[in-house]
Amino acid sequence: MMNKAQNMKKPRLGKDQIKSLGRVIKLLLGYYPVLVPLTAICIVFSSFVSAIPALFQQNIIASIEKWYPTGDWDSAVKEILPLILILIVLYVLSIASMIVYTQLMAYITQGFLSKLRCTLFDKMQDLPIKYFDTHRHGDIMSHYTNDIDTLRQLVSGTIPAVLRSGSIIIVLLGVMIYYCGWLTLLVLLGVILMLIVSKNVGAGSAKYFIQQQKSMGKVEGYIQEMMNGQKVVKVFNHEDEAQIEFDKLNDALFEHGFRANAFANILGPIINNIGNLLYVLTAFVGGVLMLLNVPNISLSGKALEISIVIPFLNMTKQFTGNFNTVSQQVNTLVMALAGANRVFALMDEEPEADEGYVTLVNAEIDANGNVTETQKRTGKWAWKHPHKDGTLTYTLLTGDVRLTEVDFSYDGEKQVLTDVSVYAEPGQKVAFVGATGAGKTTITNLINRFYDIADGKIRYDGININKIKKADLRRSLGIVLQDTNLFTGSVIDNIRYGRLDATDEECKEAAKLSGADDFITRLPHGYNTMLTNNGSNLSQGQRQLIAIARAAVADPPVMILDEATSSIDTRTEAIVSRGMDKLMEGRTVFVIAHRLSTVMNSDVIMVLDHGKIIERGNHDKLIAEKGTYYQLYTGAFELE
Amino acid sequence: MIRRLLQCVGEYKKPAILTPILMLGESIIECIMPFVIANLINDIKAGCDITTIVKRGVILFALACLSLAFGGAAGYTASKASAGFAKNLRRKVFAKVQEFSFENIDKFSSASLVTRMTTDIMHVQMSFMMVIRTAIRSPLMLIFSVIMSVIMAGSLAWTFVVIIPVLTFALILIGKKAMPAFRAVFKKYDKLNESIEENVMAMRTVKGFVREEYEKQKFGTASENICRDFTKAERIVAWNNPVMQLCLYFNMIFVMLLGSNLVINSQGTVVDVGQLSAMLTYGVQVLMSLMMFSMIYVMMTLSVESMRRIDEVLCEESALKNPENPIYEVKTGDVEFNNVSFKYSREAEKFALEGINLKINSGETVGIIGGTGSSKSTLIQLISRLYDTTVGSVKIGGIDVREYDIESLRDAVSVVLQKNVLFSGTIKDNLRWGNKEATDEEMIEACRLAQAHDFISSFPDGYDTMIEQGGTNVSGGQKQRLCIARALLKKPKVLILDDSTSAVDTKTDALIRRGFAEYIPETTKIIIAQRIASVEDADKIIVMDNGKIMNIGTHDELLANSDIYREVYEQQTRGGSDDE
Repeated sequence: MMNKAQNMKKPRLGKDQIKSLGRVIKLLLGYYPVLVPLTAICIVFSSFVSAIPALFQQNIIASIEKWYPTGDWDSAVKEILPLILILIVLYVLSIASMIVYTQLMAYITQGFLSKLRCTLFDKMQDLPIKYFDTHRHGDIMSHYTNDIDTLRQLVSGTIPAVLRSGSIIIVLLGVMIYYCGWLTLLVLLGVILMLIVSKNVGAGSAKYFIQQQKSMGKVEGYIQEMMNGQKVVKVFNHEDEAQIEFDKLNDALFEHGFRANAFANILGPIINNIGNLLYVLTAFVGGVLMLLNVPNISLSGKALEISIVIPFLNMTKQFTGNFNTVSQQVNTLVMALAGANRVFALMDEEPEADEGYVTLVNAEIDANGNVTETQKRTGKWAWKHPHKDGTLTYTLLTGDVRLTEVDFSYDGEKQVLTDVSVYAEPGQKVAFVGATGAGKTTITNLINRFYDIADGKIRYDGININKIKKADLRRSLGIVLQDTNLFTGSVIDNIRYGRLDATDEECKEAAKLSGADDFITRLPHGYNTMLTNNGSNLSQGQRQLIAIARAAVADPPVMILDEATSSIDTRTEAIVSRGMDKLMEGRTVFVIAHRLSTVMNSDVIMVLDHGKIIERGNHDKLIAEKGTYYQLYTGAFELE
Repeated sequence: MIRRLLQCVGEYKKPAILTPILMLGESIIECIMPFVIANLINDIKAGCDITTIVKRGVILFALACLSLAFGGAAGYTASKASAGFAKNLRRKVFAKVQEFSFENIDKFSSASLVTRMTTDIMHVQMSFMMVIRTAIRSPLMLIFSVIMSVIMAGSLAWTFVVIIPVLTFALILIGKKAMPAFRAVFKKYDKLNESIEENVMAMRTVKGFVREEYEKQKFGTASENICRDFTKAERIVAWNNPVMQLCLYFNMIFVMLLGSNLVINSQGTVVDVGQLSAMLTYGVQVLMSLMMFSMIYVMMTLSVESMRRIDEVLCEESALKNPENPIYEVKTGDVEFNNVSFKYSREAEKFALEGINLKINSGETVGIIGGTGSSKSTLIQLISRLYDTTVGSVKIGGIDVREYDIESLRDAVSVVLQKNVLFSGTIKDNLRWGNKEATDEEMIEACRLAQAHDFISSFPDGYDTMIEQGGTNVSGGQKQRLCIARALLKKPKVLILDDSTSAVDTKTDALIRRGFAEYIPETTKIIIAQRIASVEDADKIIVMDNGKIMNIGTHDELLANSDIYREVYEQQTRGGSDDE
């Protein structure tokens, strides 16, 4: 809604718009270097051909004029037939080129959109998390739906229409001047009148359309809120009040929508009848000119006669019709280019930078304790570290993660983490506890480099994580997040997302380990149950279990569990935690939990407050200190 | 279905009927015009004097003005009728949803209801407008044009015998082939967009597992697949224009060739030059109206899906009905379950609740404990008749809940739902949901009881602080306390808290419970909780598992004879006990 509100500024054809039009055309040519020009040629050709017949019409009517007083068809046909034959040839050519370009258009438009979507999607995958944190999902989505749709309009509608009508207008103008300058001048004056009227009526219509959009937004917002809270409405018998409020908004929407459409509806007849009047006026003026024998001004030098006036009348209609088409397209063009601008803005976003060169490889340790690289999956990994002098060293991955005096800020102003040092030795379980906004999740965001630290150091097995390739760094870290995201597909496919080459057995094994197997086997189709809509047919707890299984099958040496069990009830959690303990065996684990029972058995618990570590130690030590942790534990503090 | 939706035109029937009539006027004039123009041309050609020409010109001018008046008026009435239709339709759907029971609400997702009331109704509005403007106009234009041609040019009108069937046939064929293709591909397209949304939301997961390339590949395949289907469908539709143009050209040639023959042979008596040019205009009009027809057809088929979705809501019957002679007063807060079993839908195999027998006396405090999926929430939702039992009965004050007036029942039984919602508006606005006439003192009292008064007072605007949509500007614990205060304002006979203090710290939680005991002793209090601490001082604690009541008793009794209760208790207190 906000997005709509921002776009509601009156569209204008500015420099930026022209630039993006150029870019759209360049993209089109890039995708279809042969077909696009071919289509354009066909469009122009077919419109030329459809405008030319006016010339022949004039000739035919002139022949009729010449011969009908005598009724000599045989002589007339000699003149008329060749003209008609030429007409047929032209028509056939026109239709042939029309068939070619309409078919090509269908092909190009869809191909272009598909390629553009893919480019956009690919680009989006490469953007840093920051982009997704700072842009609302609805806005990102609208690039794929609204903006791409306006581009479809542009490519399949506006550009060909302007090309077509534009070339017809040019040809007609030429023909008209060829026949009669006076009448041409008249038609041009009429067209100017049309422009003025449509601009004024259009402005009124635009005003109401903006109001309509606004009240539509309000109605939509209200419906959304009420539908989400419908059960509460019921519980409080609030139905009638809701209806009254809704009626108010709905009536406003009616008022604005009605006016906006009325303006738009009236514009059609107005333009149409100006066209009609122009037609009449042309006939009238033509007649008067003929009667008064006013000298004709024309390229052809012909005198004005009935055989000119008749085709001229048809040309008038054609001319105003095409002129309208072009002027109607201006609005769509501006809207489409605004959409194109937004798409290009996304395409021009800076992708996630990665200067890392240390990679993760499967490792083998020989009898002498030397680490060597192998293609096989050995369950052991090593960091492959190329040095400036061309030598390679291998460091066995152990899961030793050290943060030293780390500072961080999301926006460069508000410090989120200050002087945070965390040492996680291989196999240790490190827990973070603290209120929302204390910076717990931020720490994990830094370890997997969703964000980069402002100051301090993070070392992974002794290697500065900035040197590690991001993909390899993340592959070595398994994360389970508070907001579980599942993908459309079967349960087993969702688990396999953790490791794409995992067999069904390995996936099921992982599910058993994480305690998910029990409920999965009770689903109607077991592991093949289809999940849609982020697994909306499962409970939040069940979704978390699948997410844990997904991380388990990836089998990473280091795990980050960010409120991974927050929605699982304490009794189920007891069952899960047995599996989790097994899962965590021999791994370095970072745990964030709001429920203290989840973190009690950690090796180290860090209590965070406003981005600083205020207490650290294991459960017994922290309880004994009787500090913040103790207060949390005894329930004197509210965490949320 | 269409008739049912059309009932919503309601008070806008007048403009809705007026529109086609006005359009009729416009099309008649538009058909007369070429006729008059033909005469004008002949006059010019015949070289008659200026006054005749001026006369004809004035007539034409008048006709154009009249056509403008008709067209403009029709545009006005059409937009009024269609916007009014949409308004009534939206109102009706919204009203219908207000009648929904919980069972009906569960069936539709809130997002889908929003789409139905916005996008879908917009589609219907647009096609309604199009239909009343053109559905009458197009065939009339067609008929008038043909009639005028026959009157004017006789045998030249034979051209229509060829082009009308050819174009009609072609348009139907194209429409028939393209529509199903489009419908299929639109569905796929929606799915594609859903998958993008899924990807955007799951970006942390995607990046965390380094699945960017995998996602690209998945998307690329899906996108190409859709592109193929779309191209196929669009290429069928792309035949529209060439076919149309073909008919137009045929008409031109036919009229030119035959027309010139006729004019010359008859020496201008049967058909003259002016009429010849009018014939060309009529030809274009006929083709245009056929084209409009096919556009209406496309619009209609596209909006049929929207209509179906709207109608689905309108046809949904509320599962709960008020009894015929309802009882309006709930006397006491006694709650009784007699052999109750419950399923969420008739088709469900498993009962969500089975064989529940329970008696709670007025004024008692009852705790309910159990894991997720043990149907605790289901149990309490039967009390205020949010759902009806499948088997057995629930009684309040000794009377079956189905005999009460629903509104009175829900006023007497106040439920704080687990998934609770605050609405945009001030804190006071939200509190007034509980009692419209609540005074400031009553609100403060309720908030004191719910331990919300202190934090509300700490806000700069106090009770007039604006709550954002979904209550995002207060913390989870604060939100829960506001919801409790809101429920307290009803002064209910039975108060039910469904896991409503989970985000509140244990001290405040205890204070709230102490307040209940002190200030509302007659109210029956039913508390569902995860924390044993929240229920341990209750008169009765119910332990539920898998839709059944496992044990009922006090804290001490349950510690002694309920395995589940003991297990949960030990887990929640483990570690803490050896320190104290």
